[in-house]
Amino acid sequence: MSHPETEQIEKTEVDSGEHRRGFMTHILAAVIGGLVGAVPFVSGLLFFLDPLTRNRKGGGFLKLPVSLDALEINGEPQLVKIIMDKVDAWNTYLNQPVGAVFLRRTGTAKVVAFNSRCPHLGCAVDYKPAEKVYFCPCHTSTFGVDGIKQNEIPPRDLDLLDVEIRSGTEIWLKYQNFRATTPEKIPV
Amino acid sequence: MNALINWLDDRTGLKKLLHEALYENIPGGSRWRYVWGSTLIFTFSIQVITGLFLWMAYSPSTTTAWESVYYIQNHMFCGWLVRGLHHFSAQAMTVLLALHLMQVVIDGAYRAPREINFWLGLILMQIVLGLGLTGYLLPWDQKGYYATQVSTEIMGATPIVGPKLQSLAQGGPQYGHHTLTRFFAMHAGVLPATLIAFLVLHIAVFRRHGITVSDPDRAPDATFWPDQVLKDGIACLAVLATVLALTIVKGAELAAPADPSEAYSAARPEWYFLFLFQFLRFAWVEHQGLAFGAIYVPGALMGLLVAMPILGRWRAGHVFNIVMLMAMMLGIVGLTALALKNDSEDPDFQAAVKQAHDDSERILVLAKRPAGIPIEGAVSLIRNDPVSQGPRLFARNCAQCHRWNGHDGTGKKVTKKEPIFQEVLEKQADGSKKTVKTIASYKPPVEEPATATDLATFGSPEWIKKVLTDYTELFSPLGNANVKVKKHFLEESEMAGWVKDHSKFWRLKENEQSLADLVAFLHAQSQRPGSPGISDESPKRGRIVFETGKLAVGELDSKCIDCHALQPVGEDKVLGKGGTAPSLSNYSGELWLREFLKNPGHEKYYGTNNAMPAFGERLSEKEFDLLVKWMMGGE
Repeated sequence: MSHPETEQIEKTEVDSGEHRRGFMTHILAAVIGGLVGAVPFVSGLLFFLDPLTRNRKGGGFLKLPVSLDALEINGEPQLVKIIMDKVDAWNTYLNQPVGAVFLRRTGTAKVVAFNSRCPHLGCAVDYKPAEKVYFCPCHTSTFGVDGIKQNEIPPRDLDLLDVEIRSGTEIWLKYQNFRATTPEKIPV
Repeated sequence: MNALINWLDDRTGLKKLLHEALYENIPGGSRWRYVWGSTLIFTFSIQVITGLFLWMAYSPSTTTAWESVYYIQNHMFCGWLVRGLHHFSAQAMTVLLALHLMQVVIDGAYRAPREINFWLGLILMQIVLGLGLTGYLLPWDQKGYYATQVSTEIMGATPIVGPKLQSLAQGGPQYGHHTLTRFFAMHAGVLPATLIAFLVLHIAVFRRHGITVSDPDRAPDATFWPDQVLKDGIACLAVLATVLALTIVKGAELAAPADPSEAYSAARPEWYFLFLFQFLRFAWVEHQGLAFGAIYVPGALMGLLVAMPILGRWRAGHVFNIVMLMAMMLGIVGLTALALKNDSEDPDFQAAVKQAHDDSERILVLAKRPAGIPIEGAVSLIRNDPVSQGPRLFARNCAQCHRWNGHDGTGKKVTKKEPIFQEVLEKQADGSKKTVKTIASYKPPVEEPATATDLATFGSPEWIKKVLTDYTELFSPLGNANVKVKKHFLEESEMAGWVKDHSKFWRLKENEQSLADLVAFLHAQSQRPGSPGISDESPKRGRIVFETGKLAVGELDSKCIDCHALQPVGEDKVLGKGGTAPSLSNYSGELWLREFLKNPGHEKYYGTNNAMPAFGERLSEKEFDLLVKWMMGGE
């Protein structure tokens, strides 16, 4: 078989009617070709964007397994694990530890709660009783017992969480995580 | 722009490449019959694109495969669309393959010097079928699971290497995690990569020889771009429209999660393998052994396809090829039609399909509950679901005698199939021949009469009322059982006698309320879902009827407590002494059902009159839970 393509391209359209037809063919071929290719690709792309459609629910208050009476006023902060049902795509994991908070009682009916995640890069902070500071082992961020940052490593203070005291001694907490690295508290 | 293109061209030879790709000469002009190859490339592109995206959400393991596909299909943005495109394009591909093959053979496009390309095409066909087969299993639903089991069993029937081959394919002696990881690697890695390699060769060789044109003087020559591209584009658009329509109207199916312990009578291969399925079902094929029907015959047909370019050198050979191919296609169409016809006429299969469909809908309800899918997989949802398991337990344990709305609980009629035998000459080990009796086919199934009551309405107010007013009719199926049962429960039944003697009371209009109250009392005592409260007015009045026999007009000659004992819910006192008739404490309720099913011959119940087997040893506590909950209409 010969390869006459090269000659073929030199061929010029003779009359203008055929020329118009040729032009329409070009346009139609390009449009239809593009369309059939675009449908599967765009469908797939939309599917890929699925995570952006998932708004995390803020979540309500949950009751902590610690009673107000167990906390000493202005005592040492207590680390409490947050046990929640965790939804991961199709699975729901019941009663999973999802994080931890430091609880400190500051008055008869007042409890302060800090998320234990460091606002710098999300490592878990420790409490050092001797120095009365929260300390992050990753990049040596330190925070006072009131959660206020004591060096310039973290972008903001420890994340304060909403706490409610119900029925006298029950501690209810709105557990939230916030984006690390930003000076503002942005819930995630 | 031009400068950039020139810069690129200098370094890559892009212009020449594009030119070669687009301006291939087509002697005799563009034609519709040349579109098949392009539509195949198009559908394959859809598969690659959608497949890669699906890959991002699919999780191949026995506890996550179905679950991730369920999540794609029901929860992810446009998931149904991407999966639908993938699912139906795969099927379109097999149809287009057949059309492409037919066009090539009819046009004689396999003849010298194009033999190699024809063989390359046959290899591509095998790869596409392999992709279909491996893809069918990946959702890990009942349908794919059981259909693929058949394929791997056939693989295992290959002489000599079969069992080892099967073990390698499924990643072990049985199906498990590694079956999925292996099938997935084949489906998304090995087979597509091989396909692309062969496709490149196929197209390269095709370009070398050019299109096969029967009459080059038909019209002026044209180039691939834009004339043929437009025709190809329109053909692809038609394919895409079909695939999209199927996706929107039908949607890709997802059956209930695979459960090796649960038979799936609706199992069929994907429709394009139905012809083979039907072929294997013929008695004479079955008699030759699995390897004959599933390996040798398809192998021989493939061999014929391979030989076509050689045979086609002669004019007669070419005609023979066309006739053979048409015969094959007709055979495939005919066998497929026959398979569909047989299935549509088989009530058992239809019932199985309905049950499979019900299961696939039910699992969606269960999976969408707030508790979600447990870590051990969605199959545990079905296994612990009374609505799914109750009918199966009933069919297995109760439907030999009882019925449920006239069927076995799952929707199947209880039938008996009488076999028709035939005599076949069989070669013996010593070489001699011997006639053997084998089953040739079955007579049309005959419905088996029930020998015990239909329990669909058991425990309902209508049921209780019927016991009191129409006992003989309600228990009439017992007449089909043995003489003893007939005697005790119908002919000499005390209850039947009581109903007959007391019908004069129930016929009175004034006593309608008394009867309704008595029914309400017993119904309330069952505490079944939907029953009235224990202390509602009607049940309270009914209790007086039960205890005293006093009706609006008249008084029962022999009252309920004369024979039956009943301990009202939440009370210590037992009404009546019992002993001569079954206890009615919580009659038809959860406790009563459980105790009764475990031992109906207990002196509290039927005693020595009992004819029903005791199920205490036959079912586990969990099975009783599921059966009883379902019988009571609960979830």
